[in-house]
Amino acid sequence: MSALPTRKDEAFRYSDLAAVARHWPVAVESITVAAGDAHADIIITDAASPAIRHLAITVQAGATCRYTIIDGGRDYGRIALDVTLNEGADFHLGCVLIGSEAQTIELVTTVRHVGPGATSRQIVRAVAGGTATTSYLGQVAVAREGQKTDASQSFKAILLNRGATANAKPELEIFADDVKCAHGAAIGEIDRQALFYLTSRGIPPAQARALLTRAFLSDALEGLDDATTESLDAAITARLEATA
Amino acid sequence: MLVIDNLCAEVDGKPILKGLSLTVNGGEVHAIMGPNGAGKSTLSYVLAGRAGYDVTGGSVTFRGEDLLAKAPHERAAAGLFLGLQYPVEIPGVSNLLFLRTALNAQRTLRGEAEASGAEFMKLAKAAAEKLGLPFDMMKRAVNQGFSGGEKKRNEMVQMHILRPFMAVLDETDSGLDIDALRVVSDGINAMRGPDRATLLITHYQRLLDYVVPDHIHVLMDGRIVHSGGAELAHKLEAEGYSAIAA
Repeated sequence: MSALPTRKDEAFRYSDLAAVARHWPVAVESITVAAGDAHADIIITDAASPAIRHLAITVQAGATCRYTIIDGGRDYGRIALDVTLNEGADFHLGCVLIGSEAQTIELVTTVRHVGPGATSRQIVRAVAGGTATTSYLGQVAVAREGQKTDASQSFKAILLNRGATANAKPELEIFADDVKCAHGAAIGEIDRQALFYLTSRGIPPAQARALLTRAFLSDALEGLDDATTESLDAAITARLEATA
Repeated sequence: MLVIDNLCAEVDGKPILKGLSLTVNGGEVHAIMGPNGAGKSTLSYVLAGRAGYDVTGGSVTFRGEDLLAKAPHERAAAGLFLGLQYPVEIPGVSNLLFLRTALNAQRTLRGEAEASGAEFMKLAKAAAEKLGLPFDMMKRAVNQGFSGGEKKRNEMVQMHILRPFMAVLDETDSGLDIDALRVVSDGINAMRGPDRATLLITHYQRLLDYVVPDHIHVLMDGRIVHSGGAELAHKLEAEGYSAIAA
């Protein structure tokens, strides 16, 4: 990972390469969740955050690991997660990508199921306004030993206006024969019927859009306790305001 | 209350309303009946200000103000309520959050103080109880997983919390069983009063047995072609629209 990436690198095909060059090279942060342990982390970015982070996470047998990421509020942001799941390990990712103005916000994940019976769930929701680009490149790789793997990836994005972009590249690579792998990706706009419904009840359009956008993102926060959700809400709201 | 004068409107460039005139006074309930495609739903959407329903002529005055000059949320704040034929499901937004946001947005726009959490909960509980909507459903996402009847009850709950001067109810009776029809009718009747009015848009006379209108109008091909009293509903049911219009 030391050579400066080019457009030919699959993981950088939608990237802002000029920004990448400014922040290259990137040190890989190694994290190991010991067998049977539970690890949870929340990453909330802002303009002061390191532009690029690359985490290599090993989840040992029977351990659980949950990441919640709110990425937005910066010109260029890239978070790469390289997750290795051993026997019976569980990985949960809930991620919100918010791009405004000319920002490029990208999430790149590789989840390797190297032992049997591991589970992984990735829920990524993106909102792009202005001429922003939000991208999700997610690979699930199931090794021959990864029987009874249960993996899912869900990516949905809404574009707030015509100049905005969302890229989705879900990918499965499976070498075991008894696995459950689901993936889905959808890119759309705010539902006009819902918008009319809210405004017809007296909610001003900007507030109605914010309410619908926030609701759209809620899947990524499912399972978190109320206090955590509330504090993340504030971060999300602040970043969404910039997209309006 | 509401004066519609020679209203013309089109959808996708196709004329739907072709010179519709109608006056509704405070305290009155009017019913508009008419065949499919007559323009009933278009009228309700034009009144509420939905995008894509373009007014090409005429005027609508609501409580002395030009209704058509207002944005949809301003019309709501002015006291107009549209009960939708097909209420929209909104995943991720709870009924309570939706209604509290709506009520307070309206109050803010009118220059009134917002409802406190306690005041709102009291209103919401009373409305849900009156309309037979289990309070649990108020905590769920708006209309998500609601049956057809529950969605219509939810519309009525919203109407009771928002307390509009004028309710335009677009086929609120469709998809209701007899019990639900009675509950919804009671809900509409409970809103009657000297300073309120209701415009019922319906296909069937059934609803009008429970909510007895002061006037019934027959809408065909974008115009009111016939008006009468409550008795007209039964005549329409017996003879059909074309016989009346002829």
